[in-house]
Amino acid sequence: MSNSRHIVIIGNGISGVTLARHLRKADSNVRITLISGESKYFFSRTALMYIYMGHMKFEHTQPYENWFWEKNRIDLKEGWVKSIDYSSKELLFSDGEDLKYDLLVLAVGSKPNKFGWPGQDLKGVQGLYSKQDLELMEENTQGNVERAVIVGGGLIGIEMAEMLAYRKIPVTFLVREEGFWTNVLPKEESELVGRHIREHHIDLRLSTELDEILSDQNGRVRAIRTNTGEEIQCQFVGLTAGVKPNVDFLKGSDLEVNRGIRVNEFFETNIPEVYAIGDCAEFEQAPAVDRKNIEQVWYTGRMHGETLAQTLSGERTPYRPGHWFNSAKFLDIEYQTYGTVPAVWNQKEVDSFYWEHKNGKICFRMLMDKKGLLLGVNNFGFRLRHEFFDRALSEKWPGAKVIKNLKRANFDPEFFAPYHQLIQDQFLNEYGGDFTVSKSSWTQKLFGAKL
Amino acid sequence: MNIIQKIGIGLFLIGMTVFIAMPFIGNYTLSEEQVRTATKEIHQEQMTEILAPMYGVEYGSNFAFLSAFNENFSTYNDALKDQGAWDQVIWDDYGFPLAMAALESPVKSQPWIFLGLSIGLCVLGGLFFILPQYRGEPEGIKNNGIYHSSATSRGFIGIATGTFLILFYVLLYWYPAYLANHVWMVNPLSLLLSGNPASQWFLYGFIYTLAIAVMGVRMYRKYRGNKYQILRTSSVIFFQTAFAFLIPEILVLLNQPYFDFKNIWPLDYDFFYSYNLDTLISSGGFGLFMLMWGILLIIIGVPLLTYFYGKRWYCSWVCGCGGLAETVGDPYRQLSDKSLKAWKYERVIIHSVLVLAVVMTALTLVNYFMSFELLGNVTNQLHSFYGFAIGAAFSGVVGTGFYPFMGNRVWCRFGCPLAAYLGLVQRFKSRFRITTNGGQCISCGNCSTYCEMGIDVRWYAQRGQNIVRSSCVGCGVCSAVCPRGVLKLENDNEENRINDMPIIIGNDSIKVNA
Repeated sequence: MSNSRHIVIIGNGISGVTLARHLRKADSNVRITLISGESKYFFSRTALMYIYMGHMKFEHTQPYENWFWEKNRIDLKEGWVKSIDYSSKELLFSDGEDLKYDLLVLAVGSKPNKFGWPGQDLKGVQGLYSKQDLELMEENTQGNVERAVIVGGGLIGIEMAEMLAYRKIPVTFLVREEGFWTNVLPKEESELVGRHIREHHIDLRLSTELDEILSDQNGRVRAIRTNTGEEIQCQFVGLTAGVKPNVDFLKGSDLEVNRGIRVNEFFETNIPEVYAIGDCAEFEQAPAVDRKNIEQVWYTGRMHGETLAQTLSGERTPYRPGHWFNSAKFLDIEYQTYGTVPAVWNQKEVDSFYWEHKNGKICFRMLMDKKGLLLGVNNFGFRLRHEFFDRALSEKWPGAKVIKNLKRANFDPEFFAPYHQLIQDQFLNEYGGDFTVSKSSWTQKLFGAKL
Repeated sequence: MNIIQKIGIGLFLIGMTVFIAMPFIGNYTLSEEQVRTATKEIHQEQMTEILAPMYGVEYGSNFAFLSAFNENFSTYNDALKDQGAWDQVIWDDYGFPLAMAALESPVKSQPWIFLGLSIGLCVLGGLFFILPQYRGEPEGIKNNGIYHSSATSRGFIGIATGTFLILFYVLLYWYPAYLANHVWMVNPLSLLLSGNPASQWFLYGFIYTLAIAVMGVRMYRKYRGNKYQILRTSSVIFFQTAFAFLIPEILVLLNQPYFDFKNIWPLDYDFFYSYNLDTLISSGGFGLFMLMWGILLIIIGVPLLTYFYGKRWYCSWVCGCGGLAETVGDPYRQLSDKSLKAWKYERVIIHSVLVLAVVMTALTLVNYFMSFELLGNVTNQLHSFYGFAIGAAFSGVVGTGFYPFMGNRVWCRFGCPLAAYLGLVQRFKSRFRITTNGGQCISCGNCSTYCEMGIDVRWYAQRGQNIVRSSCVGCGVCSAVCPRGVLKLENDNEENRINDMPIIIGNDSIKVNA
């Protein structure tokens, strides 16, 4: 390893930061520079909503104290990169500065999708991705906002709805599909979340699309019109129809860019010594059958960084993600998933076991192949153990074995209701099995929450 | 905020105003008879003489009365000190009993009415405000607006609250004479419970217990749907009301020693003081039982229960200081310092207090069993130093007064010697840990922000590592506020509890440590 090698990472999100940390661990000599125009110090993007809602201040979203970077000799450079000269290995910043690199990693993240709606650039219309977006949202919702409209039914949309609800701003939530987040959630789960959204007095409009955003005389949004022709008066519009790789400034150069920056399983781009990780990378081939070519979640960003750090510190390592997992929180309802649970599946190949609590806010789904082996689970309203399902998936457990041992998978706090018992009971009714419903301890029976 | 809540705030403010105004009510007239009753026999002659100029004079305020008292008393005492006549100097503080005796005020004559108008209105107003909270909202913990509220983000209301608490503690510990009206106000209650007149400590215990109960109701509202929090809150309300407040009073009524069965040395730092040992030993079989109970808790109860459940069995389920922190202090939990630096200070300070308490107690016991031949009165001076610096200033003034500035566990985190002892057991020999759920952490920071002990929970969670920290009191709030279901308080096998080199699940590309 050359001692003076200078690795420059553009983007200090979870992928870039993870890469920098692991690189430093593996190699104490390499020079590391982490560039960001968004924020000097790494913060957790997923926590932006909590700042708006007063749960935390910005400093609380920073996972490492400010001295951490100097101590680990990770140079932080604030600035926006305007262009890259790959032949002279030089970055040009928007303020005219430049910076030489020996090896470049692009971890430039995403930006909100805008689908060319008329009026999408009006004042009061915005997405939510960056720290600057949050500051803009703060500004845009200061004045007299009598109603907000959110366009796009995904994770950021529901977060934005929750944020606005905290500020007592009534929200109309337009979702193009027939249910909430139906490109990911099966029908029942989507309906469960939909009910909960309405329980929070959010005006959820399914199968409704945005046609046009209408302006007042000051160039500010005054209303939107839907595809049904309805006009909804509003002073704020959140565009939350997904995100796309933030690669516009990289286009038109030698770097191969499609929707994202094209990379192989080693995160190598078409240019030597230039890599891309995180949201902005587009794999030539999806990393696994149940994965997409562009991975845009926190956990994959982290894994990209972990993996590339191996390669860059001497051990060339292909990206081999393990079993899929993810989580989210929809207002008050937590969601976790382990393994593969698509929104729809072929009933000839896949069996679905679904349990829902009578309160309609807690549910569990397990998909099995026709041999009865576990494919994946969704759980809403209660918590399940990652380690348990990672093992069950690796060891290809039959679904029945998963259910039999479900008590061990429970990750809810002590004294919470033992939902696994109801799940086991229903599974025995539907599928039979050589086990009995788990028993509660006497303390649980005496003090615990009831089912 | 609805109308009932607004009325609640109004009632609370009226109650607070009456409470704060109380020291300024009434006048003070001292008689020789009162001095005789209020002073120890050995001081009676001197005191009646010293205070003679005050007899029959009506003082319009406690300030006037106490300054006259101090002037007369100090003139006498200082002269003795100047002469070096130390054996004749009067060390007792008679200001409080004499102010109690000399006071004439509407509070003293109508204590129930004033109790209702001050504490009563505060409780009622508090409940009016708390009960309608989250009404009609689905279950779920919301820390909405915590950092937008002046009360909970070191704003003006927070500073005012802290100042009030600090002032109250200073008066309580060092100038109780100014609380004479307050003490008279709860006197009938004390007579009812123990048959004894109220002291400032009865007043304190009464307010303390009520505060835990009312703010406990707030916990029920805020954490509704979270059974762990609900049970824990019920537990601290129960132990405070029954064990710390009622049972000791009832014991006194039954001519037994005042004894709090859940208070444990070295938090209960005077447990091994000679007067306590003498009291317990001379109180027959029940006194001996209390002595044995106290000792067994220290040598068996603490290690055993902490081994099985972690220090939470005490700190966030039983302890009185913990009870106050977990109820009254809950709105301030986010103000604890999470920096590495604070953790370094914490370890030095809390273990120093533990060492101090152990050394002091060891010397006290040696001295006691050698019939005071070894050190004579030195232990007494050690006791007054500890009582002043740790017992009063640290645990009381700083411990509670600093809630709105440094969070609700300043004492428990930096000072409590029992917490240090429980923490050592929890760190090195326990089944308790907070398990991190594989790779699910998104580093959002809710857990760290809301950790009252200032543990940077996220540091561990984001590396997939279990949290095993001596300071963790197991309040369970990190787990409650986690939006991704990443944290679980558990008692399980000791094996794999501490994993210094965790591997985050989910990435098969690598087998390196986080």
